[in-house]
Amino acid sequence: MTSRMDTRFAKLKAEGRPALVTYFMGGDPDYATSLGIMKALPEAGADVIELGMPFSDPMADGPTIQLAGQRALKGGQTLAKTLDLARDFRKGDSDTPIVMMGYYNPIYIYGVDRFLDDAIEAGIDGLIIVDLPPEMDDELCIPALAKGINFIRLTTPTTDEKRLPTVLNNTSGFVYYVSMNGITGSALPDPSRISGAVARIKDHTDLPVCVGFGVKTADHAKAIGAAADGVVVGTAIVAQVAGSLTKDGAATADTVSAVSTFVRGLSTGVRSARLVAAE
Amino acid sequence: MNETPKPNSFRSGPDEDGRFGIFGGRFVAETLMPLILDLQAEWEKAKNDPEFQKELADLGTHYIGRPSPLYYAERLTEHLGGAKIYFKREELNHTGSHKINNCIGQILLAKRMGKTRIIAETGAGQHGVASATVAARFGLPCVVYMGATDVERQAPNVFRMKLLGAEVKAVTAGSGTLKDAMNEALRDWVTNVDDTYYLIGTAAGPHPYPEMVRDFQAVIGQEAREQILEAEGRLPDVVIAAVGGGSNAIGLFHPFLDDEGVKIVGVEAGGHGLDGNEHCASITAGSPGVLHGNRTYLLQDKDGQILEGHSISAGLDYPGIGPEHSWLNDIGRAEYVPIMDDEALEAFQLLTKLEGIIPALEPSHAIAEVIKRAPKMGKDQIILMNLSGRGDKDIFTVGKILGMGL
Repeated sequence: MTSRMDTRFAKLKAEGRPALVTYFMGGDPDYATSLGIMKALPEAGADVIELGMPFSDPMADGPTIQLAGQRALKGGQTLAKTLDLARDFRKGDSDTPIVMMGYYNPIYIYGVDRFLDDAIEAGIDGLIIVDLPPEMDDELCIPALAKGINFIRLTTPTTDEKRLPTVLNNTSGFVYYVSMNGITGSALPDPSRISGAVARIKDHTDLPVCVGFGVKTADHAKAIGAAADGVVVGTAIVAQVAGSLTKDGAATADTVSAVSTFVRGLSTGVRSARLVAAE
Repeated sequence: MNETPKPNSFRSGPDEDGRFGIFGGRFVAETLMPLILDLQAEWEKAKNDPEFQKELADLGTHYIGRPSPLYYAERLTEHLGGAKIYFKREELNHTGSHKINNCIGQILLAKRMGKTRIIAETGAGQHGVASATVAARFGLPCVVYMGATDVERQAPNVFRMKLLGAEVKAVTAGSGTLKDAMNEALRDWVTNVDDTYYLIGTAAGPHPYPEMVRDFQAVIGQEAREQILEAEGRLPDVVIAAVGGGSNAIGLFHPFLDDEGVKIVGVEAGGHGLDGNEHCASITAGSPGVLHGNRTYLLQDKDGQILEGHSISAGLDYPGIGPEHSWLNDIGRAEYVPIMDDEALEAFQLLTKLEGIIPALEPSHAIAEVIKRAPKMGKDQIILMNLSGRGDKDIFTVGKILGMGL
C-alpha cells in the first residue's frame, strides 16, 4: 500500500515543485479555532500538515512556540484532543498527510501502543518526536514503523557524515533538515549553505528532504524551495495566530484568516521556486 | 512495576546506553546527540587518565578543602536520646556546599574538550555559585540560568555569582524555578554547540551526566565510609541525605550500596504536603516519565504535562529526580521519604541552636528525618547524614517566615 505521504511527494515531484509543510499548534488558542486553522491550510496551499502537540517543557522551542503550547494547555488541550483534531480534519480531507510533532512524555504517559492505534485510526501519517534520537528507537520509532506510521527524523548541522547513516536509518516519509543549530524561530541561515547540506543528505537517502527553521517569508520559502524537496514553516505561522488574538489570548474573527492569508503567500513563494532538479 | 532481578552489585550501573533499569537514557534533540556522545567519549578517557585524576585530587585538597570532616553531633545525639549522629560536613567546602566537587571535575573536562564558554542552571544558587567559581578559577566566561522566583529568594547567591564574573539570566517562563532554568540552559546549548560546555549541577539529565556527576560526588561517600570506620570501627546503620535532583545523596549513597547492612534513606521535599501539587516528592508522589534527557520519576498530570511543584528550599524545587535514585527505589535498595516545609524549618532551627551550625534548607530536610528516626534507634546504632550545604543563603527566607526582621 502506498502511503498518503509517498503519494503526496510523488505528485509534487510530477508537478516539479517543492512541498509546503506547515506547522501549527494543536489547540492554540482553543480547539475549535485550531480545527478551523487546520481545515484552512490545504486550501491555502499547504501540502503537508505538522500538527503540534503541546508540552509543558518544550526544550527545543523558542518563545513563540513555547507560548502557543502554553495557550493550548491553558485552553484544555490534551494529547487525546490533538488526536481528535486529526479525526475531525479527516472527515473533510483524506489526502493531506498529517505529521504529529512534539515531545515524548505525553505519548509515553498515554501509552505507546494505545497511542499508535489511536493515531492510525485518527488518520495520522507520521511522527516527529524532538527528544527521541536514533539511540532511543526502541521506545517509539520501531513500534511506529511496524504499524505503518512514518517516523520522520530531524537532521542538523551537527549531524556529521559519520552519524548521518545512523540518523537516516529507520527514517521514513521525509527527512527534516533543521537548517541551523538552535531553537525554533531563530534567524534564517544562508540559503547557499542549505543546498550543500541537502545534497549531502541526498547522497545517503532517496527520501524527500524538507528544510525548516527560520523560514518566515514567501521569499525565504522560494529560496529554500529551490534547494529542497520541501519547505517547513512553523514559528512564522504560529506568530500569525498570536498576532490575531485578544489581549487575553482569545481567538478573534481574524485568527483563521490571518493564518490562511499568510500561508497563501508562502505557497506562492514555494510554487515559484520551480524545482527543476527533482530527481 | 515489573520485578527487577537483583544485580550482583548495585554499583555497576548504568549500562552503555546510560540506563539504570528502565530509567536514564538519552532523550535529547538530535542537535545535542553528537555533543553528548563526545562528552561520553572524553569522560571515558579522563576517568582512566592518571593525570586527570591527579589534577582533580590536587584541586580537591588545596582548592575545595577535602577531605571534609566527619563530625559527631554530640548535643543533637543527646537531645534525641537514640542513635549516634554523624554529619559529613560538605557545607565546609569552598563555596559552602557539595556542588563544587562536581564543578571542579566538569570544568577540567570542559578544558580538555577545548570548550571556551560555560553555561549552568541553578535552583538555590549553590550550583550557580560553584560554577561561577570554577569558571573564574579557570578564566572562562560563564552564564547561569536561574528561575526568576529563585533569583528573588536567593539574592545573596545571585550577588556572589555576579561578583565572580558570571552573567545571571533570570528565567521567567513557567513558575521561574529550577525546571525552567534547565529548559533555558538546554536552549542555549542547542544554539551554541561549538564552543559551549553545559555544566549540569545534579546527577540527572541525559547520559553520561547522571553517571559522571555521581562519580565526581562519590568522593563524599568514599571519605565518609573510611572516616566512620576509623571513628567507630564499623559501618553506619543508616545513611541519610536530602534529594532534589539528588547529587549529594547519590554521592553519599553510592559507595555504601553494596554494604548490605547499611540502610539508605533519601529525603524528598514534601512542601505543604503530598495531597495537592505543593510539593516536590517525585518518587513518593510522582510517576515515571521523560524529561530533561532522562526517564525518571516526575511530578506530572495524567496527560504527561510536567507540574511545577513547590518546596521552601529552592534547591529541592524540581519536579524530577536523578534516574539512579528512581532505580534504587524500584529495586528496593533505597527508601525515599517526604519531609514537609515546616518540619525542615524546625530542624534548621534546632541544629543551629544545638550544634552551632546553620544548615541550608536542603539538608534541613535530611536533619528532620534524622530527628524522626534517631529516638527510635538504639544508642549503639549510628546514623550518618550528609550536611550538604550551609545556610547563610537561607537566612533571609527563614527570617521572613519566622517574622524576624533582618
